[in-house]
Amino acid sequence: MNDIFALVEHRQGAIRDMTYELLSCGRKLAEKENTKLTAVILGHNTDDLVQILKSQAHRLLVVDNDVFKDFNSEVYQNALSEIIKQQNPALTLISHSAFGMDLCPALATKLGVPFTTDCLDIEFVEQKLKVTRQIYDGKLNAKVQLRENPGYMITLRSGRFPAGEGNLEGAVEKFDTPVSTQPDYRKFIEYIEAAVGEVDITKSDILVSVGRGLKDQANLSIIEDFASAIGGVVACSRPVVDAGWMAKDRQVGSSGKTVKPKLYIALGISGAFQHIVGMKGADTIIAVNKDPNAPIFSEANYGIVDDLFKVVPVLKTKILEVKLTKG
Amino acid sequence: MDIIVCIKRVAQTAEADVKIDSSGKDIIKDRLTFDMNESDTYALEEAILLKEKSGGTLTAVSLGTVEVEDTLRIALAKGADSAIRIKAEDFEELDGYKTAQLLKAAIKDLKSDVIFTGCIATDDYYSQVGVILAELLGIPHATLVAKVDIQDTKAQVHRELEGGLIEHLEMSLPALFTIQTGINEPRYASLIAIRRAAKKEIKVIGASDIDPTGIQANASLEELFTPPVGKRAEILSGSMDEISAKVAGIIKEKGLI
Ligand SMILES: Cc1cc2nc3c(=O)[nH]c(=O)nc-3n(C[C@@H](O)[C@H](O)[C@H](O)COP(=O)(O)OP(=O)(O)OC[C@H]3O[C@@H](n4cnc5c(N)ncnc54)[C@H](O)[C@@H]3O)c2cc1C
Ligand SMILES: Cc1cc2nc3c(=O)[nH]c(=O)nc-3n(C[C@H](O)[C@H](O)[C@H](O)COP(=O)(O)OP(=O)(O)OC[C@H]3O[C@@H](n4cnc5c(N)ncnc54)[C@H](O)[C@@H]3O)c2cc1C
Repeated sequence: MNDIFALVEHRQGAIRDMTYELLSCGRKLAEKENTKLTAVILGHNTDDLVQILKSQAHRLLVVDNDVFKDFNSEVYQNALSEIIKQQNPALTLISHSAFGMDLCPALATKLGVPFTTDCLDIEFVEQKLKVTRQIYDGKLNAKVQLRENPGYMITLRSGRFPAGEGNLEGAVEKFDTPVSTQPDYRKFIEYIEAAVGEVDITKSDILVSVGRGLKDQANLSIIEDFASAIGGVVACSRPVVDAGWMAKDRQVGSSGKTVKPKLYIALGISGAFQHIVGMKGADTIIAVNKDPNAPIFSEANYGIVDDLFKVVPVLKTKILEVKLTKG
Repeated sequence: MDIIVCIKRVAQTAEADVKIDSSGKDIIKDRLTFDMNESDTYALEEAILLKEKSGGTLTAVSLGTVEVEDTLRIALAKGADSAIRIKAEDFEELDGYKTAQLLKAAIKDLKSDVIFTGCIATDDYYSQVGVILAELLGIPHATLVAKVDIQDTKAQVHRELEGGLIEHLEMSLPALFTIQTGINEPRYASLIAIRRAAKKEIKVIGASDIDPTGIQANASLEELFTPPVGKRAEILSGSMDEISAKVAGIIKEKGLI
């Protein structure tokens, strides 16, 4: 089998954590299939990246040019399609991130390579690539087989292959850049940092986080009241921000904040993967959801299956009682 | 400005019991409710806002069985001028790649300056159809769009990255944008508009209207299965008072109150 490629993702000079998971997945597959892992680095002033990643792959394919400093999927696509055409990897691994989602479907389509996205697990079965994916709000998994081809491409979900140390001594190979300018039709201009709000939810020991189960902005006062009674701060899932009920800086998850409080109380949150990645580091997670099959119960330590509007008032009273009898 | 929006009708499963049917490859759908995919409601709104600003036409297109006509009628009621349904029943193995190829076949003869899709369908979660469609049409794309400002043939585009970081791009039209939720405030269709839309014709195209050459799927579904139960929460039981007392006890034990 030809090499397995893993595409290194970096932003503002730093390697994205997901890259180490990709490389770890790639090493595992390469070992099983008796082939080698190549880390593909497109960047500018790549020496540092190469040093950091050397132990992680059998080979590092480096394309160094100013044009790769910031991510532009059109530029990446043009460069990678030349590289892949020349090298014919058996599989190209890309992270299922804002970067990979923009790049993979277009790159694979351009190359005519069968691909799929957001994979939890992958395996070769007699040259055929089979993947496991999550569907229907995490309530079911699907096993999907790709059309048989000498090369494949996939995007991998984070949190499935723990990053590893790596004990390889990757050989560095330079590749002349096939592109050196951004196309007129898509130019990277700048990054704009998320606005800083009045409260920093990452600093709070207790977060009371509310999701679409809130139903109405008017109900927010019940949650705020509860949070302040137990000495916590209110956070939320994305739909609460989308609806304009809370400010963006309260959002927990992949496109919001990553929090690690001592206590995270999730109220009316289903537990979508993009939410979980932002809160799974909490010490203790208590989830209240009326659906016993909600995926949040696979992440929480304690669960209450009921209507949050019934639970919250009683819970508040009990916690206040315990608080008062403290001394 | 001529605009196209791609809309998928999806099962609403966040609060539902999802069961696999006897084929092992589909779910039991009779008890589920269906609606316009969440990010598509934002894509549609963005399309209507653009049409209101710059004039032109707005076409909504959906691949699906006859029920998607209800969803397309909502789009017509909100502001689309015309709608196309591609008959899903005429095709098999509809993965994202084939879906995009069929969408292309349905719209390739229409004039379009801007195409909007959602950034993800909340049933299958692939996040790929819009990007494939753009590539097949040979136009540039941007995904996870949180803001797009179009002046003549230029677009200032904000993509939303991890942690809420924004990537600002400058693009030229024609282009395709996959819209992230929260970009705007989707409107409701008025009752009068819904009644009016009920009488509008929806163009239906099927296998006989589409040249099948080269149209193929990338993936085939082998089976659906219930995810293995990993770590499960300890579900607290008893009366509401008992449960609440337990939680208070846990919080106290952790030294948090
Ligand atoms: C092997 C396999 C077999 C399948 N068989 C069927 C089948 O027989 N019938 C069936 O209905 N589904 C079927 N599906 C599901 C399916 O076709 C998915 O819809 C497809 O894979 C696209 O992925 P997605 O829905 O996650 O779209 P995403 O890529 O997440 O969608 C992004 C955006 O693309 C647009 N879009 C996506 N789908 C459509 C659509 N149908 N019409 C208009 N715009 C759209 C929307 O704007 C959406 O927001 C199958 C899936 C697989 C993997
Ligand atoms: C690129 C991308 C980035 C994203 N980033 C984020 C992110 O950063 N953060 C984030 O949260 N999401 C993010 N999402 C969205 C994510 O996929 C989910 O759509 C979202 O997390 C769902 O939020 P929710 O759980 O509040 O809503 P839903 O999934 O609709 O769940 C609502 C839950 O509330 C329960 N419920 C309803 N009423 C009650 C009641 N009265 N009592 C008790 N329970 C009740 C229901 O059973 C259900 O489980 C992102 C998506 C994409 C595509």
